[in-house]
Amino acid sequence: MGTRGYRYKTSHSLPGPGDGGNTGSWRVQRPVIDLERCTPAKRGREACFTCWLYCPDCVVSRTIPPAIDLEYCKGCGICAEECPTGAIAMVDESVFHEHVEG
Amino acid sequence: MTKTTILSLPREEYVHPGNRACTGCGLGIAYRIGTKALGPDTIVIVPPSCLTVLQGLFPVASTKLPSLNVTFASTAAAATGVREALKAQGREHIKVVAWAGDGGTADIGIQSLSGASERGDDFLFMCYDNEGYMNTGVQRSGTTPQGAITANTPFKGKPQQKKDVAAIMAAHGLDYVATASAAYPLDLYDKIRKAIALKGVKYIHIHTPCPPGWGFDTRYTVRIGELAVKTGYWDLYEVEAGRFRLTSASARTLVNGTRKPVMEYLKAQSRFRIMSPEQAADVQARVDTKWHSYAGDEGC
Amino acid sequence: MHIIETGNVAAALAVKLAGAQVVAAYPITPQTPLTEKLAELIEAGEMDARYVPVESEHSALAVCIAASSAGARTFTATSANGLLYMHEQVHWAAGARLPIVMCVANRAVGAPWNIWNDHQDSVSQRDTGWIQVYSCDHQQIIDDTLKAFRIAETTSIPVMVCYDGYLLSHTYMPFAVPQQEDLERFLPPFHPSYALDPHSPANLNTVTLPETRLDVHGELAHGYMEIRYLLQEDLRDAVQVAEETDAAYQEVCGRGGAPLVEPYRCDDAEYVVVGMGSLTYQLRDVVETLRAEGHRIGVLGVRLYRPFPDAAVAAALKGARGVFVMEKALSYGYEGALCSDLKAALYEHIPDKGTAPFVRGLIAGIGGREIRTADLTDALRSGLAGSVSRPNWIAIQLQEPS
Repeated sequence: MGTRGYRYKTSHSLPGPGDGGNTGSWRVQRPVIDLERCTPAKRGREACFTCWLYCPDCVVSRTIPPAIDLEYCKGCGICAEECPTGAIAMVDESVFHEHVEG
Repeated sequence: MTKTTILSLPREEYVHPGNRACTGCGLGIAYRIGTKALGPDTIVIVPPSCLTVLQGLFPVASTKLPSLNVTFASTAAAATGVREALKAQGREHIKVVAWAGDGGTADIGIQSLSGASERGDDFLFMCYDNEGYMNTGVQRSGTTPQGAITANTPFKGKPQQKKDVAAIMAAHGLDYVATASAAYPLDLYDKIRKAIALKGVKYIHIHTPCPPGWGFDTRYTVRIGELAVKTGYWDLYEVEAGRFRLTSASARTLVNGTRKPVMEYLKAQSRFRIMSPEQAADVQARVDTKWHSYAGDEGC
Repeated sequence: MHIIETGNVAAALAVKLAGAQVVAAYPITPQTPLTEKLAELIEAGEMDARYVPVESEHSALAVCIAASSAGARTFTATSANGLLYMHEQVHWAAGARLPIVMCVANRAVGAPWNIWNDHQDSVSQRDTGWIQVYSCDHQQIIDDTLKAFRIAETTSIPVMVCYDGYLLSHTYMPFAVPQQEDLERFLPPFHPSYALDPHSPANLNTVTLPETRLDVHGELAHGYMEIRYLLQEDLRDAVQVAEETDAAYQEVCGRGGAPLVEPYRCDDAEYVVVGMGSLTYQLRDVVETLRAEGHRIGVLGVRLYRPFPDAAVAAALKGARGVFVMEKALSYGYEGALCSDLKAALYEHIPDKGTAPFVRGLIAGIGGREIRTADLTDALRSGLAGSVSRPNWIAIQLQEPS
């Protein structure tokens, strides 16, 4: 294109994750799945996957059991709210980080 | 057409995680499931909107489909342009799908949408309606409902009614017009599948809850969307070749006759916090009138 | 093959010969017969293109931008307020590096409403990053429009071919129509480096940050500033592309040789009058009259206005004693746009400013005010005698305030 050999003469973006960086850092709470209440985990086969359906950010895997991609999970809590068996709890992020003394 | 279930949804994702959409974004759900319905042979057209941000900033794209960003007023004209190029090239199997916000559909975008509809071009136009210019900080739009507080209706709330865009599109005589909700993604999925099998301009209007814009905790995005439908405030329907029909939860509401009071929906969002009892009663009255006419149509 | 037809039809025939695939246009006087001709050619099956009767000019260029992004060869045309309505898109097409060709049948802009010819519409677009060519007669209209497609696709920069509304768009002149077979090698089918394609997904023209940023391969990608810089660089290089394209066209059709500036009796001229469009040919009659009166005067037509061929302009003028710039547009608040650009070129290219010619700007034909050859001659005679009328707007008839 044009008369010089530069890449990116236009705004031409290629698909890839993490456009917003480590969006997991946005979280105040993270979803924790109780495998004893999670339907596909309990049954050991494909079932429910309501959390996977409603996740706005593609961070719930459709696996047995479902898993959360913590690199990118923003902690919205929709999965916890919608889980039909109440298997997902939103737990404060601070629980998972070492408290650093001053 | 059999109704899609969670387990029968395609597994493939067309959106990468780690994008810049807000936490709990209703569009995130609608776009993710919607793109599953579209599949890989799709070209997406996007005006300035929340989706622009969700799709990513140069040089990283969160969407795995070829996408064209266009100026605010021109979405439907651009969809036309892509389709005409594909026709000229014999690449007609590729779907052309516009995803615009409410502003880009019904305010600044309505001229080009109306023109394309009148011309009978061939694409699917989807409006994700979060009821305001949310990307730029929650300013009122033509589809902001009456009484809503926004950044430029800060103390008195929007005085005007919500623009009924789906009715405007149906009046264009399109072969397929539908309303949907981000809270009912399977219904949305089926409607998209139906629409893309047709030629001509198809229109789907997606009610899209927005936590920061509407004022609710991010975990309630689906709940709020469901409340809108279960109170009869927002209805899921199709107009196919002129025939109107409620679908999904709205159809069930008509059959069961159980509508929740609209107040449940309104009080769950802080944008309606200054609504007076009279205004709320007016909203209920309008919803009641609308539903009585549905019941009349159904011959009840 | 020679025919006698209007300027609008000349443009339409070029679009047909170029094999444009998608045409979108909205009617506006004096462009309408151009798009009507295209509609006729397409409906009659003589031209294999998609015709989109859009609901506005903003949408016309939107359709072209989108179709071009999907890899089709596209065309639109407009005038005056139509061009202004698509102004946002004009900027967009250049920044998106799309090889769209647009004909502008030059017309005055509102307010107030005026449907007659001047250059304010296209001249007001000179900063947008488009290549701009001004045609002086019907032969140039058809030749310039054909060349425009090749220049656009070589540079990935959109091209605006401008010709005078009514004076050229609606008048009849004989001109040669190239043969389709002769153009096959000159203008092969359009093959962009990228077209929207599900097999190779990309997100085009999304928000681009001020700073550079890593791409998905972990390599540093350009920021907005670099993208815009490269548009400017490629535009400057387009001067050479215009010359090369003209040479290639000359091989095919035997016409051309003055793609940047078109001089007439400038070789020994002490004074040169500069203009764009049909005015420059009318000025040749003026030059003949003044030469007979003993003045060594010539005309220089600027054919390529953007990128501005500063070196060629300066080279043509630096030996002159005086330059008169006559134009049908201005940068309101200062002076004629061409006049300013020309002065800047002289300043840039003439090291000893003391030897530079004087430059006087004159405005003519605003809103289609008839440009009578006698008035042009009188204005230049006064200029040659050392006085330029105030205001320097030829044939203006200001009424004294009561």
